[in-house]
Amino acid sequence: MVYGAAGAGIRAMTSSSSPGVSLKQEGISYIACARIPCVVVNIMRAGPGLGGILPAQGDYFQATKGGGHGDYHLIVLAPSTAQEACDFTYRAFDLADKYRVPAMILADGMIGQIMEPVELPPMRDLKDIPEKPWATSGHYGKERRILNSLIIKPEELEPHVNELQRTYDEIYANERKAECYKTEDAEIVLTAYGTIARICKSVVDELRMQGVKAGCIRPITLYPFPDDAYAKCAAGAAKAFLSVELSLGQMVEDVKLAVNGKKPVYFYGRTGGNVPEEAEIIEAAKSAIRKAEAAK
Amino acid sequence: MIRILLAGQGGQGVLSAGKFLAESGLHEGKEVTYLPAYGPEMRGGTANCSVIISEHPIASPLCNTPDVLIAMNGPSFHKFAPRVRSGGIIIVNGSVSDCYAGRDDVRICDVAAGDIALEAGDVRSANMVMLGAFIALTGAVKERSIFNCLNEKFVGKPHVLDCNRAAFEAGVAAVKK
Repeated sequence: MVYGAAGAGIRAMTSSSSPGVSLKQEGISYIACARIPCVVVNIMRAGPGLGGILPAQGDYFQATKGGGHGDYHLIVLAPSTAQEACDFTYRAFDLADKYRVPAMILADGMIGQIMEPVELPPMRDLKDIPEKPWATSGHYGKERRILNSLIIKPEELEPHVNELQRTYDEIYANERKAECYKTEDAEIVLTAYGTIARICKSVVDELRMQGVKAGCIRPITLYPFPDDAYAKCAAGAAKAFLSVELSLGQMVEDVKLAVNGKKPVYFYGRTGGNVPEEAEIIEAAKSAIRKAEAAK
Repeated sequence: MIRILLAGQGGQGVLSAGKFLAESGLHEGKEVTYLPAYGPEMRGGTANCSVIISEHPIASPLCNTPDVLIAMNGPSFHKFAPRVRSGGIIIVNGSVSDCYAGRDDVRICDVAAGDIALEAGDVRSANMVMLGAFIALTGAVKERSIFNCLNEKFVGKPHVLDCNRAAFEAGVAAVKK
């Protein structure tokens, strides 16, 4: 339905939590190939399998590395507050329209259930949305338009996939976004997305009270991954990085690629719907510093 | 900043009491978060929610070591009492729970919320008795803000509104005694 509605030029979205999003993957791949902008929201369950409804982040690979088949990417945004959940929905549609790619909002159960004050953005007139010259919105004397995800001739498919890749390169160049919290002089750089990043901010404040120079990088876009923020820290005061996730180590792979071997990268994760307490993360951060110093 | 954990059995109004509290803070222009944790069932099962009210933006919405625990029944009292910050407050529904927490570094306030609510008109407003006791003890939000929320929530249901107001006021009186 999203494929059809968005293909007709309407802003369309769908949402689910992990297993439902797995079922949508075939369609998402088709939508990516046909270059139809739309938004998919995934409030992750603790999995694999049917999984629990408590907070988890086990779908990072699925969201950022494909999920469906073929050479494609989604723009993936990770809100960490109710306000961002609201703002990023607008933003996801704008980005999807701009680049003609599907966008995903990837959040955990805490974002799904939390209530916080939200300032709603001003209502927009739908007429202000730029026209979509490709949309199959009825003939009305216009030229014939076709949206297609079946390109079977090799000499036609390769240029199409290359064109998609050029778009992803452009997205990478323009849209990487992260929030850096007290990272300028940080020796231990925590990194986390979604609500875990909020816990990490509290941890950073606590560690600084204890005299440990800590900071936190919170990726706002998971694809494209904000590797520039990590590279900057890796070239600076950072002695070690610690990726904190509600998984057994998924985003940490992108962190390692971004840090590119310049500094050690460690990992702390919980699964099954359990959320780490601040004290656990503080201990993990201190342990990461000890390991980095011993490895020197 | 005050971190409050409200806990009890599903159906005891734990989540709605937390929502009233958070909304009252919101109406006073404070930063608030409300994070519920419950199973898929409507009644029975356990329910709890974390509410934080702060003058400054709130980082972590979790209440692992709450300043105040509002426990609506025995199991949640015993489960969460050890987590309360030293020097914090525990308000426990004495109608259905004992009040021995095995520690003396917190203030334990025994409020017979079930009985008081019954006297006020409806046992289902025991959550409001507890909320009244909480406001009287901490002043975290103004009584008037809670009444505004109640008025908004129970518009067109004057009987329910009166009953909840009476229960709230009885809760305030119970700890002022």
